[in-house]
Amino acid sequence: MKITGAQIIIETLIEQGVTDVFGYPGGQVLFIYDELYKASDRINHILAAHEQGAAHAADGYSRATGKVGVVISTSGPGATNLVTGIATAMLDSVPLIAITGNVPCSLIGKDSFQEIDITGITLPITKHNYFVNDINELADTIREAFSIAKSGRPGPVLIDIPKDVQTAVCEFVKKDSPAPYFPQRIAPESDIDEAVKLINEAKRPYIYIGGGAAGEGMTNEIMRMAEKIDAYIGCTFMGLSAMCNSYDRFLGMQGMHGRYASSMANKEADLIIGVGIRFSDRATGNVEKYAQGAKIIQLDPDFSEINKNVKVNVGVIGDIVDSFGRILEKCNEAKHPEWNEVVGALVAQENRMNGEAVKAEGDALTPRKLLEIVNKVKDKNTIIATDVGQHQMWTAQFTDFERTRRFVSSGGLGTMGFGLGAAIGASISEGDRTVLITGDGSFGMNLNELATAVSYNVPVTVVIVNNGVLGMVRQWQTLFYGKRYSSTVLGRKTDFVKLAEAFGAIGYRATTPEEFEEYFTKAMNTDGPVVIDAIIDKDEFVLPMLPPGGSIDDIIVSKA
Amino acid sequence: MSKFVIAVYVDNKFGVLTRVTSMFTRRGFNIDALTVGETERPEYSRITISLSGDGYAKEQLINQLRKQFNVKKVEVLEKDESIVRELMLIKIKNSSEFRSDIMAASQVYRANIIDYTNEAMCIQVTGDPSKIDAFIRVMEPFGIIEMCRTGVVALERGSGSIMENE
Repeated sequence: MKITGAQIIIETLIEQGVTDVFGYPGGQVLFIYDELYKASDRINHILAAHEQGAAHAADGYSRATGKVGVVISTSGPGATNLVTGIATAMLDSVPLIAITGNVPCSLIGKDSFQEIDITGITLPITKHNYFVNDINELADTIREAFSIAKSGRPGPVLIDIPKDVQTAVCEFVKKDSPAPYFPQRIAPESDIDEAVKLINEAKRPYIYIGGGAAGEGMTNEIMRMAEKIDAYIGCTFMGLSAMCNSYDRFLGMQGMHGRYASSMANKEADLIIGVGIRFSDRATGNVEKYAQGAKIIQLDPDFSEINKNVKVNVGVIGDIVDSFGRILEKCNEAKHPEWNEVVGALVAQENRMNGEAVKAEGDALTPRKLLEIVNKVKDKNTIIATDVGQHQMWTAQFTDFERTRRFVSSGGLGTMGFGLGAAIGASISEGDRTVLITGDGSFGMNLNELATAVSYNVPVTVVIVNNGVLGMVRQWQTLFYGKRYSSTVLGRKTDFVKLAEAFGAIGYRATTPEEFEEYFTKAMNTDGPVVIDAIIDKDEFVLPMLPPGGSIDDIIVSKA
Repeated sequence: MSKFVIAVYVDNKFGVLTRVTSMFTRRGFNIDALTVGETERPEYSRITISLSGDGYAKEQLINQLRKQFNVKKVEVLEKDESIVRELMLIKIKNSSEFRSDIMAASQVYRANIIDYTNEAMCIQVTGDPSKIDAFIRVMEPFGIIEMCRTGVVALERGSGSIMENE
């Protein structure tokens, strides 16, 4: 059957199992949008307010489901508006397909209207990208792109398609199942044996899980391992929600704003078993001083992560579900009573510190209280999304996660303005409710997507943790820049309640814990988007904190 | 810090060289020279990269190269087991005072004079990069007008081919 390029795009998307795409139309994707219109019973298009929002939505969709997110935009500014969204997906290893239109081949290279070299621009922020100038290669390129996006360590792939390729006609043969272009690498037995040997020798093992483990839904296996070898579990920011918070061997997030016991246990361990982690500078602090007393095993599908940031003793390169399962079967059962005592004391110390902090907070609406209310009202399937800054770290510290893929946040790139688009995408995926915890700074960056949330009546509850300042930068200015608050006091007159109403959403303002609980409960029972402007003090801190470039020994635990 | 040479087979496609070189910039690798050309198989090009760095840089560079989808094979060519060559064209001021010195030096270095005017000589010299460095030092006092080096090309000694190595 001979069909057009635009039809091939739709047919191959459907072939790959795509049911939802995000995007924004424009001159060079008119043919694609025409086909989307005709195929609207088979593929659902969500129109965003801005291409950046569409890219974040596709990203959030993928994070919540594990499926590949798809975003479509036109050439030129449409394509460049995707850039932050693609980079965000790249740094957090999210499988994303970005399809951009471009000017016809005959106009390429002539600085034509809305022409941009988007494959050049996105070269360093995509796992791979394509400029398709031959209709005969279009279908297989899209298939290969999906395979690359999903295989090994996932990531974004961009496909740039000139307008004349969208209208050209060629023979199309449907393929039933997506061909695996890139089979998963399986770790050799010798690596497994080396890892097992270190585990059997360890006296103080610490399983350290990251985004790679969160994605693979390895929760049960990790818990079995912890029981078998008497280990404790800590995670990176990206590893949050891979493990149920109530599990008693789980110490929570480690690192710059990690929990005290988790960071300290990471330091005290004699063996760190890293699963799908990359030793980010935010997690390790000064690498020279990181985990000096420990041997390190690192499991990852991406060989270039082994020894990149931290030198490890054993790198197990391959599919981590497979590697982890094989190590679990082979290692010996063990008991480490001394290690239990050490960690027990750390947890007790953390609880004492938390108790004191709670006492000091009094009756005011604080981030901790706000998130405790969120925990109380939300259910197991509620997705928690964030923007970037203090509110993000508080969410990471105080939220009780109960299952995987329920935390949607920009970890690697730290993209302010990520949250609202991502929350919409996450919610649309399975119709689950999403709570977006954001800040007044971050929300201001892409609040236009409120229009999208209203148009599609998305069940997203937006909580603006409003302190009137750019809190995280202010915290650094307080600690390291002599309280010179350069450009971080916003002093805006924005009324977020009226703003929500202007967009057609519901808005509330909460200044006390009681008000917040009332409005949040209402919001969670409302069909559609609600914005809650939650006012907190401008000098709340994210604690504990490891100073940038410092180590665990420099930990700041109180404001004084 | 040591010098090493890496041979890379890549898809012979539009834009692949940019992908490889932009990765060097992005990851902060400083390369000394890079050459690219056709191979015995028309679907592949061979890139030869020479650079200096420590063991960490070498491991990172190889890993980052292997990660690229258009890169088919990456191999470090160890000094003792490979042949490394570079070609240089160098234009030297011609004068009656130094003419015989230039010609004598060229003979010792097995260089060829490939262009000759009363004002200048153009000399072609081939060899490993250290030989070429040495030739430049010899020529410096005579007055170098212009020079151009190809960067290195290299092959493993023996009958093997890196595409077939495990």
